[in-house]
Amino acid sequence: MLSRTAESLYWLARQMERAETMARLLEVGYRMALMPSAGEGNRSDWASLVVAAGSSEGFKAKFGKEFHQRDVESWMFFDRENGSSVMSCVEAARQNGRAVRTALTTEMWDALNGAYLELREIERRPRSEALLPELCDWTKRQSALFRGATEGTHLRNDGYDFLNVGAFVERGDNTARLLDVKYYVLLPRSDGVGGSIDSYQWTTLLRALSAFRSFHWSYGSAYTPRKIAHFLILNRAAPRSLLHCLAEVNFHLDRLARSYGSPTIAHDRARRMLAELAEAEVEDIIDEGLHEFIGRFVRENAALGQDVADAYLFGAP
Amino acid sequence: MSAFFNEMYDGDVVRSAYASLTEWVDRTPPETLERKKLDAEALFRRIGITFAVYGEGGDTERLIPFDMMPRVFTEAEWRKLERGVKQRARALNAFLFDVYHRAEIIKAGIVPADLVYRNEAFEQAVVGIDPPGGVYSHIVGIDLVRTGPDEFFVLEDNCRTPSGVSYMLENREIMMRMFPELFRSARIAPVDNYPELLRRTLESVAPADADVPISVLLSPGSFNSAYYEHSFLADQMGIELVEGQDLFVQGDFVYMRTTEGPRRVHVIYRRIDDAFLDPLCFRPDSMLGVPGLMNVYRSGGVTIASAPGSGVADDKAIYTFVPEMIRFYLGEQPILKNVQTWKCADPSDCGHVLDNLKDLVVKEVHGSGGYGMLVGPKSTKEEISAYAERIKAAPHDFIAQPTLALSTCPTFVDAGIAPRHVDLRPYCLVGKEVHLCPGGLTRVAMTEGSLVVNSSQGGGVKDTWVLAD
Repeated sequence: MLSRTAESLYWLARQMERAETMARLLEVGYRMALMPSAGEGNRSDWASLVVAAGSSEGFKAKFGKEFHQRDVESWMFFDRENGSSVMSCVEAARQNGRAVRTALTTEMWDALNGAYLELREIERRPRSEALLPELCDWTKRQSALFRGATEGTHLRNDGYDFLNVGAFVERGDNTARLLDVKYYVLLPRSDGVGGSIDSYQWTTLLRALSAFRSFHWSYGSAYTPRKIAHFLILNRAAPRSLLHCLAEVNFHLDRLARSYGSPTIAHDRARRMLAELAEAEVEDIIDEGLHEFIGRFVRENAALGQDVADAYLFGAP
Repeated sequence: MSAFFNEMYDGDVVRSAYASLTEWVDRTPPETLERKKLDAEALFRRIGITFAVYGEGGDTERLIPFDMMPRVFTEAEWRKLERGVKQRARALNAFLFDVYHRAEIIKAGIVPADLVYRNEAFEQAVVGIDPPGGVYSHIVGIDLVRTGPDEFFVLEDNCRTPSGVSYMLENREIMMRMFPELFRSARIAPVDNYPELLRRTLESVAPADADVPISVLLSPGSFNSAYYEHSFLADQMGIELVEGQDLFVQGDFVYMRTTEGPRRVHVIYRRIDDAFLDPLCFRPDSMLGVPGLMNVYRSGGVTIASAPGSGVADDKAIYTFVPEMIRFYLGEQPILKNVQTWKCADPSDCGHVLDNLKDLVVKEVHGSGGYGMLVGPKSTKEEISAYAERIKAAPHDFIAQPTLALSTCPTFVDAGIAPRHVDLRPYCLVGKEVHLCPGGLTRVAMTEGSLVVNSSQGGGVKDTWVLAD
């Protein structure tokens, strides 16, 4: 297929996934803000969200150093100056989709275009009517609709693989960032940090990843930082875990290598990353330091995205 | 209204072509029609059929108003139109071949040399080149108006990249989805094989060395007003929709960049203007084209449809000579008539035009899309005198025609159904063979009394039916 088409597919899948993550991050913030005062105060929770979303510089330039809920909501949901806001992601995804209309099924285009048109509607309504939980639910629904349309209607060809490589590179990045927001609550520390507040924060994190019930299915009732870290990083069965995302990226890259006849630099890196995670124990991660581990993963994952681009998306002769 | 030919009514009697439609309108409650109208609009927007209007801010994606009342031709009417359109398309291509080779029509003193060689659309770069099949303009859009039962006039020819064919296809699709009962009761010639015909036309003019010809549609990109049509046609034909950045020249051939490496392209159906095709040959600042493309074209490594330089045949000044071309090249009598045209470049014509501005339609020679034209009978004294100054300043840039009594078709308006003026653009395909799809784009002026049907000026579109006998 055209390299530009592959590039657009790859990016529009990433953008829809990112829009969903932004909604999930906002949901974390919203739930945490409802929690009885958490020592450090609510504002730092909102600040940590913007940091996790990787857009704190832009936020500070526009709104100053104070992180008010309303500003963070605007910034992460509606603001076009923020390239990762739900608005920017949905618009960019739809623009990419428009550029490769012929590579999308009608159902996929409907999902993208429908999301865009509805979002334009939502934007026109008074903000007092746009309640955050509803906005978050709406966003997750659009993302699910697009994914469902893709699964249900797209040919299992190279385009399908580029969509999935994009979606899972992005999702791995996003899970890592969500984990990073609250990495300190997962660190085994002295009792100072423990207690009911931590427990509430853990459940919030799990809920934001729609993983609250699945966690219990997998690990029983008691939360421990190790179990949660294991669940979100090393559990192959968890659809947002880093290991699962890497396994999917590898699966789709392998399919591309088979249909095109040869692997690329992206395959080497993806295999290396998968091998490391598949062997890893939670203890290793705790020893390295969760924050450090996540930082390293995010960097490697970004390099993987670049390898994919170099191998396929630029179509250099 | 009696001055205009009404395509539905002959006096008080409904013409046979419209009989089943009238019956349908009579038995369908107005609320149902109103609801269907909203459904149709929602459908258009959902599918994403929009167009952008140049020079206007705000919403860059607007819907063209779609009128649910189809425009109907009988088979006998269509057969005559078809012969006329094909004849014209053949003559225009013969003219293009001639002016880029021996220029016999100029030597014969039929067309003035200046009109050709000083024409902006004349491309020195393609002189002497033999495109496959000798075809230059592969898709010829002929704009027609009707003024009587048997009177059809050609308003203008479009030899470069006529747009709007996606509306012909989508209007039909929407009508069939919304009113299947209409299609069961009337025998309407299908138009949905157009993309297949277009693909075969393109393949038929591929370079001779292409075993399995690869065609692509070259678009300026998703910000272009006709982008929807580009993607729609590429999809329907099953060919790649490419932008300049997707193509590159290496050696004697053009390739597209794919995830599996370079792949040779044989035919480029381009929807960008000549000037942007190749920055090495034409505008050096073009970001839309492919550097080196013209070299490959000249050496026969790729076919460009329509060929660069095709525009010299559809110029409004050349238009007046088309009937002569038909006689000269084909030895036939023209089936379709030209509208009488005064060239302001000619001093005596110009005097006549300036004296009669209030009755004439004046157009810019190189203009298109209904921009910058004067409709005398619909203009104020101030507008007319301002326009007169423009003509005096640059007479070569203008032509004038009488205000034609465009026929009317029944059209849904706020107050029910009323006659509105229409024109017609059929799309003639020229490759190894010449084809005309039984249908076309009917444009309708939605404002009462208006004769301007251009979508950029608020015109709408209709499905166009050719009834089988």
